[in-house]
Amino acid sequence: MGDPGTTAGAPGPTTAPGATEPTTAPGTVAHLRIYRRFVRARIRADWQYRASFFLFLAGQTLVAGADLAAIAVIFTAVDDLVGWSGPEVAFLFGASGLSFGLCDLIISPVEHVGVHIKAGSFDTFLVRPVGALWQLLAHDFALRRIGRLLQPAIVLVVSLRLVEVDWGPAAALLVVLTVVCGAVIYGAVFVVTSSLAFWTVETQEIANAFTYGGNVTTSYPIDVLGTWLRRITTFVVPLASITYLPAAWLFDHPLPSGLPRAAAWSGPLVAAAAALVARAVWALAVRHYRSTGS
Amino acid sequence: MDALIELDDVEKTFVVWTKAGRLRRTRTEVRAVDDVSFSVEAGATLGFVGPNGAGKSTTIKMLVGILVPSGGRISVMGVDPSRDRVAVARRIGVVFGQRTQLWWDLPLCDSFELLRHVYRVPAADHRARLTELVELLDMGDFLATPVRQLSLGQRMRGELVGALLHDPAILFLDEPTIGLDVVSKEAVRAFLARLNRERGTTMLLTTHDLVDVERLCDQLLIIDHGRVIEDGTVEGVKQRYGTERVLVVDLEAPGPPVQIAGVEVTRSDGPRQWLRFHRDRHTAASLLAQIGAEASVRDIAIEEPAIDDIVRGIYSRGDDVLGVSAR
Repeated sequence: MGDPGTTAGAPGPTTAPGATEPTTAPGTVAHLRIYRRFVRARIRADWQYRASFFLFLAGQTLVAGADLAAIAVIFTAVDDLVGWSGPEVAFLFGASGLSFGLCDLIISPVEHVGVHIKAGSFDTFLVRPVGALWQLLAHDFALRRIGRLLQPAIVLVVSLRLVEVDWGPAAALLVVLTVVCGAVIYGAVFVVTSSLAFWTVETQEIANAFTYGGNVTTSYPIDVLGTWLRRITTFVVPLASITYLPAAWLFDHPLPSGLPRAAAWSGPLVAAAAALVARAVWALAVRHYRSTGS
Repeated sequence: MDALIELDDVEKTFVVWTKAGRLRRTRTEVRAVDDVSFSVEAGATLGFVGPNGAGKSTTIKMLVGILVPSGGRISVMGVDPSRDRVAVARRIGVVFGQRTQLWWDLPLCDSFELLRHVYRVPAADHRARLTELVELLDMGDFLATPVRQLSLGQRMRGELVGALLHDPAILFLDEPTIGLDVVSKEAVRAFLARLNRERGTTMLLTTHDLVDVERLCDQLLIIDHGRVIEDGTVEGVKQRYGTERVLVVDLEAPGPPVQIAGVEVTRSDGPRQWLRFHRDRHTAASLLAQIGAEASVRDIAIEEPAIDDIVRGIYSRGDDVLGVSAR
């Protein structure tokens, strides 16, 4: 077993005879290190096309500015949206936008998996002793997406200064958790929907309905949506908990559907569950990988 | 279990859905690889030959852990690649002729540095090995060139180095010479032959260029419709199927085609005639004697069958490979 034959000093572990084989994938820290190197390589490569990078960034800033203006108009014209004040709604908008921006920056490259499957480049990820998802995320990392963080970050900071909240460690922690868990939950949705590409091609539109569509629903208080849609967003796709529940807790609004107030802190649980589901779906999907002809 | 690679009754079926009406689809199962068994000893070089879609690439992809087999058992250095892809990946090198493993927009040397971290090769080992490989493949001039600007021949040399920096025990090559010019093909072949000779690296390669097989492989595996139809040494296959020889004779003067029972004149050009004969029924000497009885012979040459023709013959015979060629 595991006889490297005449090859002198082949590196790597030899599996003990008869041992039940553990997955010898590198741990998270090792993966993060490789991920960082790959991301830096991507940025170096993209730097050769820096004109396009700056043009994109400028374009995005313009769009973000227009968005910002639209938000300002809505919240100055309507100073009360189903019981929520302008700054409170702005907080929802900012926190959910920041979550989404983080996820967009780090996780959204997973969407390109279909392209890699079709082009056959996914094969090359699988022959390296590193998790395929990490490689994919780093391979298609786009620094220009950082532009999408700017606008929600501004909205969030401004809203935090305007809302009336009794700031304490708990409230501050909740804001941070909200943003981070939100990003993780969005990311899980991205991974799960992108995994569909292993079974069918052209699934991107279905995926976008969940991911980008999800971003719209969490940007506004979910009461503006109908009851039916509200149930769906609360229970089916757990997007509501990303920002709405913590915000309701922060601003002392009643939680929807009679949920207890502790539910506002469910973010980490939901995020952990979502991440586990995403990981399982991804692993299953990779086992279904069919590759392409030669 | 001494073999480095072992396959037992390995299968891969793909489910293909075809449209039948507006919403209905019919399910068809395609057997890309059907009951394939073979083994490769350490230090061997195996050539995988077969028409497009025969299942060569699918088999290689199962061996390296890209595809999960639908049935059967695979062991690569004692590890099942579908269960522990990463453990196998650390100890093998893979080169795809048709897709790059290098970072397209970065200088070639950056790719090598990244791969060093992927395979966690100590810096000193990496440097020594890189120096050696770069010298062997004469790559010093383009190490700093972005991969996208390299010629195909240069890039292929880069792919080889990238796959070998971690000193793998097995090198898998999927059509490594495809698209290369004659000089580059020769450089790649010479390098691979040397790698196998000097480092004992086991190699599995798929190819459509049978010169690769003749130059590099001692074991030949012919696969068609997902089944292994021949597994043996290159010499053995030649012996078994290359039963026909061609005798080229130059007569003193142009004449009518030579008439000998069981011998076919396949071509004639002035005084030169090409006579195809069966190795077991005639000898070149007996033919020469018979021709010499009727005309005077100036010169002769004997053409050995090219592996190319043999393999083509085997494909066209399909499942009846064991049937003796009818003459």
